[in-house]
Amino acid sequence: MTEGLSGLDTFPKLLMHHARVRGELPAIREKDLGIWQTWTWRQFADEVRALACGLAAEGFKRGDHLAIVGDNRPRLYAAMCASQALGGVPVPMYQDAVAAEMAFPIQNAGITHAVAEDQEQVDKLFEILPKCPSLKHIYYDDPRGMRYYSQPELTDYAKLLEIGRDSYRRDPAFLETEIAKGAGADPAAMFFTSGTTGVPKGVVLTHHALIDRALAAAEMEGLNDQDVVLAYLPPAWIGQNIFSYAQPFVTGYCICCPESAETVMTDMREIGPTYYFAPPRVLEALLTQVSIRIQDLWWGGRKAYAFFTELANRVGGRILDGKPVGLADRLLYTLGDVFLYGPLRNVLGMSRVRVAYTAGEAIGPDLFRFYRSIGINLKQLYGSTETSVFVCIQPNGQVKADTVGPAVKGVELKFTPARELLIRSPGLFKEYYKNPQATSEAKDAEGWFHTGDAGYFDPDGHLKIIDRVKDVGSLADGTLFAPKYLENKLKFFPYIKEAVTFGDRRDKVCAFINIDMEAVGNWAEKRNLPYSGYTDLSLRDEVYELIRECIEKVNADLAEEPEIANSQIHRFLMLHKELDADDGELTRTRKVRRGFIAERYQGLIDALYDGRQTVHVEAQVKYEDGRTGTITADLKIRDAKTFAPAAAKRAA
Amino acid sequence: MSEVALHPQARAHRIGEVVLSVDNVSLAFGGVRALTEVSFDVREHEVRAIIGPNGAGKSSMLNVINGVYHPQQGTIRLQGVEFHDMDPHEAARRGIARTFQSLALFKGMSVLDNIMTGRNLKMRSNLLLQALRLGPALAEEIVHREAVERIIDFLEIQAHRKTQVGRLPYGLQKRVDLGRALAMEPSVLLLDEPMAGMNMEEKQDMCRFILDVNDQFGTTIVLIEHDMGVVMDISDRVVVLDYGRKIGDGTPDEVRANQAVIDAYLGVSH
Repeated sequence: MTEGLSGLDTFPKLLMHHARVRGELPAIREKDLGIWQTWTWRQFADEVRALACGLAAEGFKRGDHLAIVGDNRPRLYAAMCASQALGGVPVPMYQDAVAAEMAFPIQNAGITHAVAEDQEQVDKLFEILPKCPSLKHIYYDDPRGMRYYSQPELTDYAKLLEIGRDSYRRDPAFLETEIAKGAGADPAAMFFTSGTTGVPKGVVLTHHALIDRALAAAEMEGLNDQDVVLAYLPPAWIGQNIFSYAQPFVTGYCICCPESAETVMTDMREIGPTYYFAPPRVLEALLTQVSIRIQDLWWGGRKAYAFFTELANRVGGRILDGKPVGLADRLLYTLGDVFLYGPLRNVLGMSRVRVAYTAGEAIGPDLFRFYRSIGINLKQLYGSTETSVFVCIQPNGQVKADTVGPAVKGVELKFTPARELLIRSPGLFKEYYKNPQATSEAKDAEGWFHTGDAGYFDPDGHLKIIDRVKDVGSLADGTLFAPKYLENKLKFFPYIKEAVTFGDRRDKVCAFINIDMEAVGNWAEKRNLPYSGYTDLSLRDEVYELIRECIEKVNADLAEEPEIANSQIHRFLMLHKELDADDGELTRTRKVRRGFIAERYQGLIDALYDGRQTVHVEAQVKYEDGRTGTITADLKIRDAKTFAPAAAKRAA
Repeated sequence: MSEVALHPQARAHRIGEVVLSVDNVSLAFGGVRALTEVSFDVREHEVRAIIGPNGAGKSSMLNVINGVYHPQQGTIRLQGVEFHDMDPHEAARRGIARTFQSLALFKGMSVLDNIMTGRNLKMRSNLLLQALRLGPALAEEIVHREAVERIIDFLEIQAHRKTQVGRLPYGLQKRVDLGRALAMEPSVLLLDEPMAGMNMEEKQDMCRFILDVNDQFGTTIVLIEHDMGVVMDISDRVVVLDYGRKIGDGTPDEVRANQAVIDAYLGVSH
């Protein structure tokens, strides 16, 4: 791959390079009317040239921002590159954002030109037009439904292309000069972070940052121009942009745009990508689909599935990592590969996947291991918009379910005393657009980016992210206490729906548990365990026993990690009611409101820590019809076994 | 839908001459009078609704236009040509397509094949060549397949292209039914309760498709519906039937203000 990319310091230069070197190889594919249409690198470069000249003729110039609103479409990617060719900065926007959310970026960046995918996006732009007087030109890709639009701001993409072709014919040197003027230190793209707190911030990334990171990861994974990627996540998200724009531009691989959001599964099977990214929720949804169909199999089929998945769970990951496996298991795995794993990969469209990543949120270890066990090289990575994604990647053969791997080449990591992760990398963002205060808060004078994430290195030097810094505390003995990390570990068990852990400035960790009514209900039915309702079920000794086993498994896991071995859960109780957003215990997005719960259930927490075996509760509850009532119950408090920390064990 | 709201004049401009006129039509089944001296016309590129309470004769009216029933009295002119005793096959040849209230799709066939059946009248090569996919038949199939793909794209059912129709949810089956009618490239499209049994979102989708068909292909649309709300939003003119008689005719606003219509819908004390 890296055939002399020196001097090619911007994306337009890279594009022209590929058009020369691999002009007839596919650059981008789109399924249209049921047929995959291919654009070669040469055709793609031609389109970008014409488009850039068209934009220039329409007054788009160096330093301007081009809004790009839509799904993964070849023409929108062409627009991205065309604006860069003129020294402009593309600003991709989420296609599912409501109109009001699009106003801020346009105002903030003073955007004058926008390329929209279709009528839906054009309508949204017109809705906010009165608030965004800077916006003067809107181009649309799909003319469907646009016949009666007569606004002066509107131009058909095809028309823009025509203008550009004309102008390019007259003066081909203009564009070459413009492209040559570009430098690696120029801003290449701006991504607006969602801004859950306060207004969104425009993250400015330079060509150098994006190209450097894209190249580092591509070299590490050995990506080349034979690779294929399905572009199915929003292009306004930095990850999709890296996988479907930056990396193909450095390696020359081909990206494929699905026909529509609903056809992604089918399209993926047809294309057979070799390089794949999916957030945990997508992987989980895929697995659920598989599991449901397996349930429909006849008895023998289900048994065989159970047998082979158990086998895969035991040895599949080791085989993938090239670790030794007994001959019998290896032969059985080969058999399973013929009859189950292979066909399963095929159904998932992952037969050809060499490298797959997941990131974005904590992934359940079972889910993660499932994909690896059937032979899909799924790995975790760590990064954010501000870091051009690639900070840490798990190298082949060193994949763990609960770390994100060591730093990628070129990245320096360190921790503050408060355990906040700091990053220095060539991929760091230039600034938050027009927001020097936020920039200086996030990036210090020495160039360290403050992530706000807390974590530590495991004994193998892999980074482990545990929580946001602001949520992390410490136990009375000064060791780390990361409540969300513990709660996530608990919630990976299907029986546990919610968990709240306490331990900040205390001598040990204790927990409240909410069972998952459906999972535990099924479990109880299979055991002929009668129960009358939620409270009754969760207070049964058998259920306490079930949950205790889960907690002890977590404790055993924690004992293996010296940094947080002291966070093992000593005592727990089952809450008499489900935590509920209506009662203010959860946020609307189902995040635990720790402070509120601590206050409301002070009595229960005291009981956890003063050694009592039961505690009486009387609680006000709001029913769904608005009435309030009182629940009284005697909650039992149980101890869970804790384990000696692994480090101590080794020393002993 | 929004461009209609944005540019009503632009749309109104397209409405042309009368393409279909129903004159003094009466239809009776034995002693039951389904239609009594009904007259109205349909203009080119228009969305024309026929509404009325249950049993008002709406479907009978559609079946008369479609050639399924032959009226005992009155005439029907299509593009100025009067016709009698036309059978549905003839109606199809003349460019009238329809969808059905109770879906009449081939449930065991894929969406693609179902829509392809709508191209039947347009196929020229003989059965043997088609079966063997030889020479002209293959070239023809490619043309038809492209037309079908455009419809699939238009109705946004790409994800279900190869799915058996019987396995699709009802709202999507309705869309396939519309797709099959569109495959004929009709000049007049008759829709029999296109929104019946749908939830609100499906209804909105269907409205959008009906308007898009009208807009993009210029198809004249006659639709029957008993849900007044949706019809009023998308129709240019509305005919109201009650007990087989026409009791109102005009723009949605005129019809809404018509006392006879209000009485028929809300009931009136005698």
